[in-house]
Amino acid sequence: MFANILISEINMNDNSRRGFMGKAFGGVAAVGAVASLFAMKRSWDPLPSVKAAGFTTLDMLGYKENELVTEKWRGKPIFVLKYTEEMLEAMDEAQKPRVITVGEASYLVTLGLCTHLGCIPSYEKEDKSFACACHGGTYDIVGNVTKSPPPRALDIPPFTIKGNTLVLGEVGPEWLKMKENGLTL
Amino acid sequence: MANFTKATSIYDWLNQRLAIEKVEKVLGSEYWIPKNINFLWAMGMILVVTFVLLLVSGIFLLMYYQPNVDTAFDSVNFTIMREVGYGWLWRHVHGVAASVVFLIIYIHMFTGIYYGSYKKGREMIWISGMLLFVAFSAEAFSGYMLPWGQMSYWAGMVITNLFAGGSLHADGLVEWIRGDYVPAQAFLTRFFMLHVLLVPLAIIGLIGLHFGALRIPHVNNLDGEEIDFEAESKKYLAGDKAGSKVIRFSNDFMSKDMMVVGFYLVFFFYLVFYHYGFAMDPVNFDPADGLKTPAHIYPEWYFLWSYEILRPFSTDIGLMAFAFSQVIFVALPFLDRSPNAVPASRRGLFKYWFWAMLIDMIALTAMGKLPPEGAFSTIGFVAAVVFIGLWIALPIITYFEKKV
Ligand code: HEM
Ligand code: FES
Repeated sequence: MFANILISEINMNDNSRRGFMGKAFGGVAAVGAVASLFAMKRSWDPLPSVKAAGFTTLDMLGYKENELVTEKWRGKPIFVLKYTEEMLEAMDEAQKPRVITVGEASYLVTLGLCTHLGCIPSYEKEDKSFACACHGGTYDIVGNVTKSPPPRALDIPPFTIKGNTLVLGEVGPEWLKMKENGLTL
Repeated sequence: MANFTKATSIYDWLNQRLAIEKVEKVLGSEYWIPKNINFLWAMGMILVVTFVLLLVSGIFLLMYYQPNVDTAFDSVNFTIMREVGYGWLWRHVHGVAASVVFLIIYIHMFTGIYYGSYKKGREMIWISGMLLFVAFSAEAFSGYMLPWGQMSYWAGMVITNLFAGGSLHADGLVEWIRGDYVPAQAFLTRFFMLHVLLVPLAIIGLIGLHFGALRIPHVNNLDGEEIDFEAESKKYLAGDKAGSKVIRFSNDFMSKDMMVVGFYLVFFFYLVFYHYGFAMDPVNFDPADGLKTPAHIYPEWYFLWSYEILRPFSTDIGLMAFAFSQVIFVALPFLDRSPNAVPASRRGLFKYWFWAMLIDMIALTAMGKLPPEGAFSTIGFVAAVVFIGLWIALPIITYFEKKV
């Protein structure tokens, strides 16, 4: 195919009828090639049903303090941790903005995937931190990195607060603010 | 032109229509092989045989394998392994061959490097060989997804995440490759398609190219001697078989090749029957679970060296080092500036370069398997830096190499 085009390049030098036919064929073939590449690209896209199943609603009243619960959103693990009073008091200025408040209580809600290469870190209850076994990264109680290789804090999934529930996958003002402040991707 | 006569035999009948006599000469009895070579030149034939083993065992696995996230695991671990008569045989042949094929590829590659068989007209052999390496890597990775165990899932997760390009955060590209936010049904079916059709087709095409590239330069020899194949084959055909530096590919050289293949097959089936465990990761006997990562995620042994180049650095530098290690071997014919195409032992500093590269890649492989802690991290880091350093040094040391 490619070789044909190269050969027709040569033929085109003698402005003969064959040269013209070569050009005409090349033009048609190029349009067809681009069109089929587009169709192929679209066939690899996630299906609409996959996209539509991208929302999860969490009832925030059901969580116990200092107990990590792993929920599921878009097939990915979501960490939900209800903070204790002491935890909140011990936080510094770099940690506070990542806390999500729903009603009376405050929570950590992040993707449970290490930002390095996507392993699931484990919660160290005593230490109040997260540790990733894959390449040894660690995170603090709000998901900020305390030891590399992870390049950034645990990501916070897009959310919106509706009463006592949190809808994951829907962009709300609180999340937008976090994103603008560079707290999450 | 088309002048057909009454055939005197089936051979003659076919010969008039397909020129089989000519084809046989071109591909076999008048394809000339130097006498001055050793068993390392049989690796190519061993690779062909191993590919056929993969193809045949794969076809039988394909009859019961189900590319569905709910049934894939059981179709392999229950149906094929326990129900299908001799199903275990096809699976163990397939798994062992997929592993051993890389051992042979690495031997084949380092033989080429040692004897300088990638220059003086043999560049296309080298480049098509490296494309085969890439295609085999894609084949092994896509096949590894199919049993849909824990290692399938998490290797799929980690490797597709590499395409986010670190700080580029090309998450859209990653989701596009997967067809979902995480590896799921769309992911499994498309990797199944790649594994059983598209990549094997590409491999078959590339094997054709590899052989075509050998045609004009012929194979190298133990001394890197530039043989005049035209003259030597005339000598041979004129009856001076002892004086000629070449022999026929078939059946003369083939018989030697097949001897080595015979030893290989004994070793291969010894592994299949008594030592298949090394080719089957125990973690992959747990079904895929997107909410639980295995304690250590590591690839099969043949990818460990490049994995170890990724690991000791921060994400972005690691990715760049990894990308470098994946493509740099292709450039070998152009980075080696010396005109000498002789064994490394006669090439001054290049001799040390060769052994340093081989030992460094073995060290990277060993460190890649060990947990990234303490001394292992340090050795891995040093070995990764040495790998990159050796490639930077290559054009310089070969530029100053004396002509032999
Ligand atoms: C070209 C070289 C090939 C390589 C390196 C390769 C590699 C692999 C690997 C690593 C696995 C996973 C092994 C396991 O866990 O059992 C696998 C599985 C599989 N392969 Fe291949 N393969 C190759 C060719 C083929 C071909 C040509 C076919 C069929 C046309 C095929 C069909 C399958 C099937 C159906 C499975 C899933 C069953 C299973 O996991 O045991 N493979 N392959
Ligand atoms: S994936 Fe967590 S540290 Fe690498």
